[in-house]
Amino acid sequence: MSTHPAIEAIDLVKRFGDNTAVDHVSFVVPQGTVLGLLGPNGAGKTTTVRMLTTLSVPTSGTGRVAGHDIVKDPDGVRRSMGLTGQAATVDELLTARENLRLIGRLSGLSRRYVSQVTDGLLDRFALSDAANRIVKTYSGGMRRRLDLAVSLIAAPPVLFLDEPTTGLDPRSRSELWEVLRGLVREGTTLLLTTQYLEEADQLADEIVVIDKGTVIAAGTPTQLKDQAGRASVVVTLTDATDLVRAADLVRSCSPEVHVEPAARRITAQASGLEDMTRIGEVFAASGIQVDDLGLKRPSLDDVFLHLTGHRAEDTHGADQPGGKDAGETRGEDEVTEAVR
Amino acid sequence: MTTLSLPTAVAGAEERPEIRPPSLVRASGTIVWRNLIHIKRMPEMLMDVTVQSVMFVLLFAYVFGGSIAVSGSSYREFLLPGIMVQTMVFSSAIVAMGLTNDLQKGIVDRLKSLPISRASVLVGRSISSLIHSSIGVAVMGVTGLLVGWRIRTGLAEATLGFLLLLLFGFAMIWLGIWVGSMMRTVEAVQGLMFTVMFPLTFVANTFAPTENMPNVLRVVAEWNPVSALAQACRELWGNAPAMPADAAWPLQHAVLMSVAWALVLTAVFAPLALSAFRRRSRD
Repeated sequence: MSTHPAIEAIDLVKRFGDNTAVDHVSFVVPQGTVLGLLGPNGAGKTTTVRMLTTLSVPTSGTGRVAGHDIVKDPDGVRRSMGLTGQAATVDELLTARENLRLIGRLSGLSRRYVSQVTDGLLDRFALSDAANRIVKTYSGGMRRRLDLAVSLIAAPPVLFLDEPTTGLDPRSRSELWEVLRGLVREGTTLLLTTQYLEEADQLADEIVVIDKGTVIAAGTPTQLKDQAGRASVVVTLTDATDLVRAADLVRSCSPEVHVEPAARRITAQASGLEDMTRIGEVFAASGIQVDDLGLKRPSLDDVFLHLTGHRAEDTHGADQPGGKDAGETRGEDEVTEAVR
Repeated sequence: MTTLSLPTAVAGAEERPEIRPPSLVRASGTIVWRNLIHIKRMPEMLMDVTVQSVMFVLLFAYVFGGSIAVSGSSYREFLLPGIMVQTMVFSSAIVAMGLTNDLQKGIVDRLKSLPISRASVLVGRSISSLIHSSIGVAVMGVTGLLVGWRIRTGLAEATLGFLLLLLFGFAMIWLGIWVGSMMRTVEAVQGLMFTVMFPLTFVANTFAPTENMPNVLRVVAEWNPVSALAQACRELWGNAPAMPADAAWPLQHAVLMSVAWALVLTAVFAPLALSAFRRRSRD
């Protein structure tokens, strides 16, 4: 394998009339890694992807995909990448098999090769039973899977996914994530745009946050979370009447304490697990009943709020309480390393 | 979905299959194949050129035909070439709707992300539309034969008549690509094209001779490219009524003029169409 990065955006600009949709965006995606392009609707994610995939010509700047310049050698780019667009762009009146054949043949694959891999792809994306049904009869999740299968038929080393899980139910979403992880294990480089903070957190090695066409932050999920502020210890009391006494206790351990009476919740700034242990011990000694006590690290959602001053439009799935905790404990160890 | 080992043929970057970007002809052919499957899956797409055309033949032959006098020819003989011309003119609407639909659904984007010539998207669309319209012409030909229309000339002239129809259809396709590249929804295309196409095909000698039209209208009708083509087909197939001596010049030289019109329309609309499609494709 050659040593050039899989994807490079070099000072990309796209203007539509007076409106600058993408304003000097640059980033590099090393081979075999996943870049999450995170931002709200209209931030310029799709326009960036359209330029990198040669669908749209940059106003200025350029980029490279698998070493091919997107402006000077668009055909080289098209031979090296697959694209799954925002709406599942499969042909509704064709069957899954015909869709694969259409794109396979137009990708420059031989008839024999296309028919050899078709069954494998259908099987892999759990579409074998529906292979000869027209796509119109498919569910949203099936369409997405077919869309991805179609994008993979020429085994591109670089894959662009524009909001691949928008509109999917949580189960189809996590299934798709699993598929994408599999691809990365096989060596494919992914660039995915998403509004879902959780998705970027789950899949991406590096995240580039864009808002209003410019890159406002970049780094690993852990680095970004670290930027948003320190961790805090959150205590939820069983009985609201203990609030005043409990708040005083917490103040003895932490300089900054915030009380939310309605939620019977006390939040204290903390620097790590030791603070949580200390506050836990204080409560145990005082006899105040506690429903929950834990360390909360900032989520990507907080990062987004911190960077842009507003929440990501769609926070669906971003703050699922389960699953999060495990990630945070792991994140804790990585912080020290990432802070540098 | 939980067991996720890739079949070796679609594995990582190192073992990619051989990729030979298809030629314009092969890519266009593949796109035509796809468009023809659409027609097969939705035969109602053909309604406009089949059921509707047959209905027109029957309506004009039996309802209006009795009241329209055509000197030196039977009305049904006069009518058939006219309706075939109308069908070819409507191929522009078929192209435009197909193209807008593909643009709207992101299919064009997907095709553009592949290593094919972008022209193949248009060439494929045009060829399948010509096939679509030709099916209509064939259905009408059969209906015509049943109601008494005949080609009364030799094979060469008969063929030339059909080639003229195709040439004109080709010119109209550029108009369709132009409109299709500019419009955002299929409904808008449909609205616009039908508003333009109906006067274009009716203010002509398509369904009735121009002699009895009011003066201004008659001039417009006789200079309408549609009239020259209809007249040319009638002459080539031996269906032409006697031409009044005061008919406009294009009708006196109908075959020549329909070729000329096709070339002029192509020269006007092809650059417009290509620049509109390219503009739509850049963003």
